[in-house]
Amino acid sequence: MSGIAQRIVVPVVASPSRRWLRRYGLAAAGAAIIVAWLLLAIFAPWAAPYDPNFVDVAGRLKPPSSVHWLGTDALGRDVASRIIYGARISLLVGFTVVLIGGLFGTLLGGAAAYMRGWAEEALMRLTDLVFCFPPIILAMAIAAALGIGTGNTMIAMLVVWWPKFSRLARSLVITQRSLEYVEAAQTIGFGPAHILLRQILPNAVGPLIVLVTLDLGNAILVFAGLSFLGLGVVPPTAEWGAMVAEGRELVQQWWVATFPGIAILSVVMGFNFVGDGLRDWLDPHARNR
Amino acid sequence: MIRYVSSRLAMAAVMVVLATLVIFLISNTVPGDPVLTQLGDLAASNPATVAEFRHKWGLDLPLWDRYWIFLSGLAHGDFGVSIVSRRPVLEDIADYAPATVELASVAFLLSLVVGLPLGVMAAVKRDSWIDHVARALSLVGVSAPTFWLAFVMLAVFYGALDVAPGPGRLDPVSFPPARITGLLLIDTALQGDWDTFHDALAHLVLPSIVLAGATLGLITRTTRAAMLEALSQDYVRVAKAKGLRARIVVMGHALPNAMLPVVTLGGLAYANLLAGAVMTETVFSWPGLGRYTFQSAVSVDFPAIMAITAIVAAIFVLVNFLVDLSYALLDPRVVKK
Repeated sequence: MSGIAQRIVVPVVASPSRRWLRRYGLAAAGAAIIVAWLLLAIFAPWAAPYDPNFVDVAGRLKPPSSVHWLGTDALGRDVASRIIYGARISLLVGFTVVLIGGLFGTLLGGAAAYMRGWAEEALMRLTDLVFCFPPIILAMAIAAALGIGTGNTMIAMLVVWWPKFSRLARSLVITQRSLEYVEAAQTIGFGPAHILLRQILPNAVGPLIVLVTLDLGNAILVFAGLSFLGLGVVPPTAEWGAMVAEGRELVQQWWVATFPGIAILSVVMGFNFVGDGLRDWLDPHARNR
Repeated sequence: MIRYVSSRLAMAAVMVVLATLVIFLISNTVPGDPVLTQLGDLAASNPATVAEFRHKWGLDLPLWDRYWIFLSGLAHGDFGVSIVSRRPVLEDIADYAPATVELASVAFLLSLVVGLPLGVMAAVKRDSWIDHVARALSLVGVSAPTFWLAFVMLAVFYGALDVAPGPGRLDPVSFPPARITGLLLIDTALQGDWDTFHDALAHLVLPSIVLAGATLGLITRTTRAAMLEALSQDYVRVAKAKGLRARIVVMGHALPNAMLPVVTLGGLAYANLLAGAVMTETVFSWPGLGRYTFQSAVSVDFPAIMAITAIVAAIFVLVNFLVDLSYALLDPRVVKK
């Protein structure tokens, strides 16, 4: 920025479609990735070329080829088929944990903010308490204590999952509850449950949806991690984290561990793309930039 | 200020005590049975052996008595005896902690040194190639599974290219230095053993990059967002209008104001690194707390699990407390509220 004669920057006005693409292109790509995985998961029996648990010892550790697109693992099972079936567990666990944990946390935080006083204090201290444990370690301890299995791991994750939602919901309700429409609803004589669920929640739901979306990827990551440690699914269930664990020692046969990892990466990135896009879309400041 | 600090401190102390209660209840009410995992099926079928085992480890006492024993032990610095290693848990932890502290510190340093400038540059040069690189990098960083990233790094740089050393803290042929702090880099430097120092440093490269991945992504993202916010404020426009140089506007005006969210995140991220080390340490055979935690969890070693979770929770509470304090220092308005 030197001299008087500065460059005059004329903003290049992009055509609407290009502007849309720049703003929401990644989000659309993310949505496409997620829809693709959802379809693969739902139609796994038709989409998978082989039975995911069919053992073929003679054809073990075969590199990717036209017969086995992503190669075979140490037991000769088709890696591609196992990845497709693995999508079922990952997506199911991700959605279950985030939806149930999110619902519980949101209701708790919303109720706390709306009730105020000692009830709010008690509920939020409880939230802080669970929050002060690193999720993966607490989930690991619980999962190990409950015993290995998908259901138990989901329970362990649920125990540690809700606090962030109750914190966000509380701060959202606090900003909303002092607004005039809430006062109006109280004057009309609606009860607290009606006001909280029917009046405040719809107005505050945007940031919650963003958190849910971003968190779906996170939940899938944590579950895959627990599975990788052997605390997730019972073998021989096809699951992405467990598949990476099975291929961990096989550096020469890189395809066994690499492809399931790429599957995790793609799903998590998909949810991050969509979450970021939603956040921009909901935030008028970001939308106008 | 003193009132603010003391009330935060009291709160932190209460949280730590409550945290021990939560840990205790979880580890004692769940069905996992250390008797079976420790004695094996054959011995566990003999009632006398089982009773003796339960009595020896105090498993036959009422729940509250056991919590009281646990708590008064903690107050004396006694974290109990590991059922697996049969050593005091605190000794185990003291053995394993330095490896994790060293790894997490290097990883944290790495993510700060790369993440902060990258986030600032991405915000200043918005929509430029550096912004795109920063965003792509941070997105991959937060999306890639740590354990998978660890495998890929090992497979590529150790397996295929052979430019990095394999798993572990040192080569098998290297002699570990006499233990002073347990941090290999510091111990070797103090003793002037530079060959081993280089070996330890080389072994740190891959695991610290892997561990830094997620934190790096978060720090870059947060710095970029906070800087964008700060740069759009009126005081930045005023500073520019006054004719201050761009560098001074960015570094002197915008950056200090953008630091608040980064400090919060940075503090929590460091505490999370200690916890996140579980995956990295497993893949890299790193003899640290993460692996110890995992092994204790798998063998349902209650005293060890309880001690580790209590310590990690205490670290979290402490870090939160420090973050609150730095808030008060960075933003005087916080204390007034």
